[in-house]
Amino acid sequence: MNKKTPKSYENMLEVKNLKTYFLTDAGIVKAVDGISFSLRQGETLGIVGESGCGKSVTNLSIMRLIPSPPGKIVDGQIIFEGTDILALPENELRNIRGNKISMVFQDPMTSLNPFLRISTQMIETIRIHQDISKKEALAKSIEMLKLVGIPAAEERIFNYPHQFSGGMRQRVMIAMALSCEAKILIADEPTTALDVTIQAQILELIQKLSKKLNTSVILITHDLGVVAGMCENVCVMYAGKIVEKAKTDDLYKQPAHPYTFGLIQSVPRLDKAKDGKLFSIEGQPPNVIDLPPCCPFHPRCHKVMDICRNQYPPTVDLGNSHEVSCWLYAEHKELADA
Amino acid sequence: MTKYIIRRLLGIIPTLLIIITLSFFIVRVAPGGPFDTEKKLPEVVMRNIEAKYHLDEPLVVQYGRYMFDVLRGDLGPSFRYKDHDVNFYIFQSLPNSMILGVIAISISIIFGISSGMLAAVKQNTWVDYLSMALAVVGISVPLFVIAPVLQYVFAMQLGWLPTSGWFTNGDGWQTILLPAVTLAFADFATIARLTRSSMLDTLRSDYIRTAKAKGMRSSSIIFKHAMKGSMLPIVSYLGPAFAGIITGSVVVEQVFRIPGLGKFFVQSSFNRDYTLIVGVVIVYSVILVIMNFIVDVVYSLLDPRITYK
Repeated sequence: MNKKTPKSYENMLEVKNLKTYFLTDAGIVKAVDGISFSLRQGETLGIVGESGCGKSVTNLSIMRLIPSPPGKIVDGQIIFEGTDILALPENELRNIRGNKISMVFQDPMTSLNPFLRISTQMIETIRIHQDISKKEALAKSIEMLKLVGIPAAEERIFNYPHQFSGGMRQRVMIAMALSCEAKILIADEPTTALDVTIQAQILELIQKLSKKLNTSVILITHDLGVVAGMCENVCVMYAGKIVEKAKTDDLYKQPAHPYTFGLIQSVPRLDKAKDGKLFSIEGQPPNVIDLPPCCPFHPRCHKVMDICRNQYPPTVDLGNSHEVSCWLYAEHKELADA
Repeated sequence: MTKYIIRRLLGIIPTLLIIITLSFFIVRVAPGGPFDTEKKLPEVVMRNIEAKYHLDEPLVVQYGRYMFDVLRGDLGPSFRYKDHDVNFYIFQSLPNSMILGVIAISISIIFGISSGMLAAVKQNTWVDYLSMALAVVGISVPLFVIAPVLQYVFAMQLGWLPTSGWFTNGDGWQTILLPAVTLAFADFATIARLTRSSMLDTLRSDYIRTAKAKGMRSSSIIFKHAMKGSMLPIVSYLGPAFAGIITGSVVVEQVFRIPGLGKFFVQSSFNRDYTLIVGVVIVYSVILVIMNFIVDVVYSLLDPRITYK
């Protein structure tokens, strides 16, 4: 692979052929198996898929936070501002973590340190990356807490995490993540652990702040409704691979992959649920240990063909940056070659 | 918090009364008495002795008399040692055991926590294997093996330290070292293992991942974020361990000739020395109850989620 990277920054982040495997006793788990995508400045990109499809692992790989062992990034490049994150030494990597790329995790209940005051945790984040006094850092932290809508921030900042509700804690996480004006915010299912009424507030907050601070966002979710409201582009992941990539509007209007089609159909709708039956994709996601070289979705696909059982489909460009990996769209030549 | 502390301190009183009552009756249930000998004493002599120690009175009266004395801080006369009363024996030997115990537990805390943390941070490397191997030795090799080995190496072969003795008997302060190290071994091993597993648990937690994602150095993550949480199990272990170690160890005292409290636990039971048995039990339980109380307070200092009302 060409190790030199072009000096164009139009893409904030470029993930190229990323492969993250987990070496377990049962075999090699190919959690992320050769995915590529890019993120432009100010863009909000959604990554959707079922549990275990590799969406969180993808984003932990970007931050190089994969627990190792057993996890290992075996191949690929993650180009951020012209440098490959995967090739950086530890001290330069720390300069990116929390400073240029920061993360908001799924469970705000456990993601904040229960033993330390919010003030300690926020000041520390700022002072790792900026050479300012504790007092200035505290002032900045309070300002960030106000920005995310924590009432009486001047007092609440000296509280411990357990004195906040789940939604408030997620706000604190967001404030902390954005306190160094990160260029990219990775939000890993930021609303999954929260009350439905709080979910919308948190998503709105992320949207508002990313616009204001011109932060690019990668939003990981299994909720297609969330994607529709927030993201310009969407990657659909299945069994460690991106099966479809498109602008959000296109994806909803013309889902190309049968899996995406199924996902969209499964979103419960008030106007269609009168006869009571909800749509679901039959079967289970495949075990990603020692996956054979076929289309991993074929056992659940209603349009399955013979070739799907034998070979992984090529990625087909449908135009208007809509890409899909499915034999249904393969050229006759590729079919013949296969 | 102050209210809680006062309530807990008051709660210690009934706990101790129950312990004293139970041990008072239990020792008397055991067969044999303090004055039973191989050759039976003449009836008259026996009756005289029993009258002297009030053993001829009904048990309830004896109990009342004993409790009255204890409440005034008098643990009564020893039934076996004629020179002094129980107070004298206990308060002469307890400080020796305490000095030794405090030094020993300090050694085991310092080395236990540091090697446990090293093992956790360098999991599955030679550092981990070495400190855990040492811990297994500490847990499985009994004191009466460790003690002579240390004496042989450091006193007899190298000649660095005295084999035995005690500084209050004029043998020099170096006499403390070998028994302290011996005594430290078992607690060192347990603390090292506890620290390792609890540190590993903490390092896998979500908030450590957050700290990493913030760009913190691993060293500050361990000391600022992981330390507090992983110390909780060690603190709860240390309470009873501390109470145990400062009340002496009969083996270490015997091997190193230390005038400590430990031997009274054993000898008083063999002698059916009722007052001395209950006396050492009272001392031990007072220390244990206080230690448990301190553990609870330390817990609330470490973990802000724990508040006492």
